[in-house]
Amino acid sequence: MELYVPILVLAVLAAGFAVFSVAIAPITGPRRWNRAKLDAYECGIEPTPQPVGGGRFPLKYMITAMLFIVFDIEIIFLYPWAVAFDQLGVFGLVEMVLFIVTVLVAYAYVWRRKGLDWD
Amino acid sequence: MEPAEKIIQHAGGVIGVSWLMIALPLLGAAILLLGGRRTDRWGHLLGVAMSLASFVVAVLAFVELIGLPEAQRRRGVELFQFIPGMVDMGVLIDPLSISFALLITGVGSLIHIYSIGYMSHDPARRRFFAYLNLFVAAMLLLVLADNYVGLYVGWEGVGLASYLLIGFWQQKPSAATAAQKAFIVNRVGDFGLAIGIFVIWTTFGSVAYGPVFGAAGGADQGVLTVIGLLLLLGACGKSAQVPLQSWLLDAMEGPTPVSALIHAATMVTAGVYLVVRSGAIFELAPTAQLVVTIVGVVTLLAGAIIGTAKDDIKKGLAGSTMSQIGYMMLAAGLGPAGYAFAIAHLITHGFFKANLFLGAGSIMHAMNDEVDMRKYGGLRKFLPVTFATFFIGYLAIIGFPLLSGYFTKDGIIETAMHHSAILGWLAVVGAGITGFYMSRMVFMTFFGEKRWADDAHPHESPAVMTWPLIILSVGSIFLGGYLILGNTFMQFLAPAVGRPAELPVFHFFSVPGLATLALVAVGAAFAWMKYGRAQVPVVAPRGSFLTTFARRDLYGDAINESLFMRPGQWATRFAVFFDNRGIDGLVNGLAAMIGGTSGRLRRIQTGFARSYALSILFGAAVVAGALLLVGNL
Amino acid sequence: MNGIQPPTIEYGQLMPLLLVFGAAIVGVLIEAFAPRYLRKAIHVPLTMLTLLGAFGLVIVQVLRDGVPTAAVAMGAIAVDGPSLFIWGVILVLSVVSVLLINDDDNFVASAAAVPGSPDEEEAIARGGAHTEVYPLALFAIGGMMLFAASNDLLIMFVGLEVMSLPLYLLCGLARRRRLLSQESSVKYFLLGAFSSAFFLYGMAMIYGYAGTVDLGGINDALGRVGGQDTLLYLGTALLGVGLFFKIGAAPFQAWKPDVYQGAPTPITALMASGTLVAAFGAVLRVFWVALGNLDWDWRPVMWGIAILTMIVGAILAITQTDIKRMLAYSSIAHAGFLLTGVIATGEATQNANSLSALLFYLLAYGITTVGAFAVVTMVRDAGGEAGHLSRWAGLGKRSPALAGIFAFFLLAFAGIPLTSGFFGKYAVFAAAVAGGALPLVVVGVVSSAIAAFFYVRVIVLMFFSEPAADGPTIAVPSAGTAAVVALAAAATVVLGVYPQPVFDLADAAASSLFVR
Repeated sequence: MELYVPILVLAVLAAGFAVFSVAIAPITGPRRWNRAKLDAYECGIEPTPQPVGGGRFPLKYMITAMLFIVFDIEIIFLYPWAVAFDQLGVFGLVEMVLFIVTVLVAYAYVWRRKGLDWD
Repeated sequence: MEPAEKIIQHAGGVIGVSWLMIALPLLGAAILLLGGRRTDRWGHLLGVAMSLASFVVAVLAFVELIGLPEAQRRRGVELFQFIPGMVDMGVLIDPLSISFALLITGVGSLIHIYSIGYMSHDPARRRFFAYLNLFVAAMLLLVLADNYVGLYVGWEGVGLASYLLIGFWQQKPSAATAAQKAFIVNRVGDFGLAIGIFVIWTTFGSVAYGPVFGAAGGADQGVLTVIGLLLLLGACGKSAQVPLQSWLLDAMEGPTPVSALIHAATMVTAGVYLVVRSGAIFELAPTAQLVVTIVGVVTLLAGAIIGTAKDDIKKGLAGSTMSQIGYMMLAAGLGPAGYAFAIAHLITHGFFKANLFLGAGSIMHAMNDEVDMRKYGGLRKFLPVTFATFFIGYLAIIGFPLLSGYFTKDGIIETAMHHSAILGWLAVVGAGITGFYMSRMVFMTFFGEKRWADDAHPHESPAVMTWPLIILSVGSIFLGGYLILGNTFMQFLAPAVGRPAELPVFHFFSVPGLATLALVAVGAAFAWMKYGRAQVPVVAPRGSFLTTFARRDLYGDAINESLFMRPGQWATRFAVFFDNRGIDGLVNGLAAMIGGTSGRLRRIQTGFARSYALSILFGAAVVAGALLLVGNL
Repeated sequence: MNGIQPPTIEYGQLMPLLLVFGAAIVGVLIEAFAPRYLRKAIHVPLTMLTLLGAFGLVIVQVLRDGVPTAAVAMGAIAVDGPSLFIWGVILVLSVVSVLLINDDDNFVASAAAVPGSPDEEEAIARGGAHTEVYPLALFAIGGMMLFAASNDLLIMFVGLEVMSLPLYLLCGLARRRRLLSQESSVKYFLLGAFSSAFFLYGMAMIYGYAGTVDLGGINDALGRVGGQDTLLYLGTALLGVGLFFKIGAAPFQAWKPDVYQGAPTPITALMASGTLVAAFGAVLRVFWVALGNLDWDWRPVMWGIAILTMIVGAILAITQTDIKRMLAYSSIAHAGFLLTGVIATGEATQNANSLSALLFYLLAYGITTVGAFAVVTMVRDAGGEAGHLSRWAGLGKRSPALAGIFAFFLLAFAGIPLTSGFFGKYAVFAAAVAGGALPLVVVGVVSSAIAAFFYVRVIVLMFFSEPAADGPTIAVPSAGTAAVVALAAAATVVLGVYPQPVFDLADAAASSLFVR
């Protein structure tokens, strides 16, 4: 049971913080209303008005975000290799080249299919 | 007697390749069905060739078998493992199976040839020949297999082929209905057979004839009786015996060669084959044997009575088929003394009944497919060959002295008489009725005045149709005497089914024989008075209570309807009701079991992903809970 | 910083897997650089050659080296007898499915277009379909192979995702009934992600219990670690939920009818055959290899799931009116039948028997399934495939050959003798009886009987109902589709009449069981 005590403590702390933040904000914060505060938060741009009956909305931000994640993960893989590349030797080099090539293939696809063009 | 014990494995020779008998027509069917229109032009010739080739193999195998000493005439040929560890597929060639093979391929080939002419105007002739070939292959598998499972496969195969052939003119609703009826009634019988085979497997640990019959002596008599009755149920379905007879009359919707091939000469005899082949089981289960004889007698009378009232020539012949198979079944229930007569009658019947059916087809061919005998009359001058052959078939079936039917039917009656006087006399009465209805048929069709429809211009059929008739009628004359006199056939069959303690001697002037002849003569005379000399009304008169009874097939359909169909329909309605109400209820029940409320799980059906996710969550909770529960027990 | 050894990787044994993935990556490059009009002409031969090549490699490997006895890639992947057999089955089913995918009419030209919008009209008018279908399918197939052969929970999860993600996309690409297709795609994705989370969470708990994600290592830990049973049971349950979702066992089956109905039929065929095979491979690995010593605990729960799955699949199928939904419920019922074989563990010989029966069943069922869906693609009316059962009325009169073959497939599903389905069921049920699961088999036989009812109902509908005046037409099949139907029918017959060689093969594959 001792094993779970830290987890329990962490959970209590997290819940406490959340409740505290929500509860304290209306009490202490200044109340100055404007339109932007009532709008949905969409990465700082004008929220897209929803056409009647659904419709198309741009995926530009999502594509950008996904591409970011792909290369982000590439870096995460590169890092441990960079730390131990001398011990992994040629094997590590070949594997890492293969990995980067694979990611590059995806990159080439995005590039050729105009995923990188903003408009 | 020691039937069925020693099966000698055979290699080489024609018997070694006797599986070709099955394979050739099967190949023919496959080519014709898969080849499509490309084979339209020569498809019927291929069908005939395959059937004839199969016949040649059968004859050669027969010759080879005859060449062996009597004690070695049970030859097995192993083919392959069918169900691993359970069924080894093989072929058994013995006098019994080769007799059937010769009948099936011989009569079958004649019918193939006849069909070239009969179906010449049908656009789907190729398909017809494909089905005929398929039928021949399945029937040969049925009789040649060396185990019950192989027999069952062939059994279902002939059921399928007969279904396809009865419903061949599927544009006719009556044909489609008849096909379904045949299929469904046969299912009842097949069910019995299947269960019977299961019981055989659990009892003996094998389904091959050799081991099963070898071990039959050591089995419990009650179990053997159960097996016997189940096999009999199967036989009743396929052979149209009471109480599963009702499909045969409707099956006449098929093209006439089909009626001849399937519903007269071959398929309907499968039940007799099954009972005779399983003789070793039946002989150890006297109760089952008794039931076989009772079924046979009831059917032979019922079929004959139905035959007296039918105006449709094919249905009249169908009633007569039922009746004749009743005779065979009766004989098959009488032990080794009866087997030879059963099979001999089966063979001669195959000839004269095919002859009669094909003759009926020839008449229909001449009369624009009219089947109502009240619209025939006086045809003997216009169809001389058909008349002559039909008349020979008629004499044979009523047991006119020295023709085929005389010897074989009389043999059955004598044996039955020997066994039990009641059975014997009932069989004699049946023969008398046969004399009446067959005479009625002949008089209505060939004698008296013309009662034709206005547009009828009868003409003799082409040679390709008459030659098979002639060949069949030759068989109808001589075959019976050849088989029975001097016990030729009984001696031949003995290695397969055993022989009785004392061989019967054929008496030309025994009491039952004379009584039979007398009754037949009375029946024929009565028919002459009513239908030969007197005017036959074109529209059937209302008739007495008894006539109606017979016209309605002894209310067989009505009985089926009230006993089986209505409850079946109720069951179906209940199932539909259960579908509508019960399924929802069950889903709710499941929900309760899973731990949610009924409403939650019903919402699953609405297609919301969130409800599905919820059900996954509940499922996960239950699985986890259950595992914890089980693990901590 | 010393002690990090470069891992050894047996490239030879992994070659089929690497070939499929490599070709998938090449496929992406083709998408990037080849001009539009050439893409399909390159993709189709590439995909077919890859799959056939991989199949050839599997065979060469078996013939040359026999069945390997040790896990490869540092114990991460097990290329053992069952794996090789499952690879072979998946590859065969994939080849057949790709032949179906090859048919032009099934995939949308522009997945992003809103259904019914001018954009879509234009995309359809321009012709052509998404050619990404081919590399996506290859990724999915590679994922299936990896999923079934993984010897390590992490690799298994990677395989699960590589298999599933392309399938989510593919489901949304149907040319017709776009809304239904997109709905199925989103639903499958959401629920798939949900179930993956369960799998992952379960994996974490098992790791917490055993300190390893290696399947053999987990099994070793079962006897050693004490006092953490709750963690183990929870982990087992959650891991199981993720797997049961993929095979569509009740109560995790809800997605199956919706997704099968909405997805393009060739993709449904691939999912219903290949995914099921792969998922059963993974189920066997987790429950037999990793949790083999825990069988007394998971078996009762699995009993419940198997019974529920068989009954739910069979009963709900009765009231279906769409042919693809009906086949989906039938697939659920079959998953239940297969689970009876998973439960039938015992001594090594008993395990080998059950395994061999399962392998045979998977092959037989997979091939028949692809064939049945191939027939579904051919029955069309103005709006594409005629899914509603009422449209199939009287098909037997209009097109007896096709209806006959479909009826035959249905009879195989029902397990009628002389079809492959009979021997599959027979083998699995026999193994279950030998494993002491007789009540399960009774439930199985009863639900088979219920299932036979709705199969036969379709047959009756096709052959004994009057055809509708404006009934669907039978598309003249492309050579590929015709080949699929013919192949599936032939396999169903051959496996039903002379199953011995395949039984022998499955026996040989199963005899050494799984490597650890």
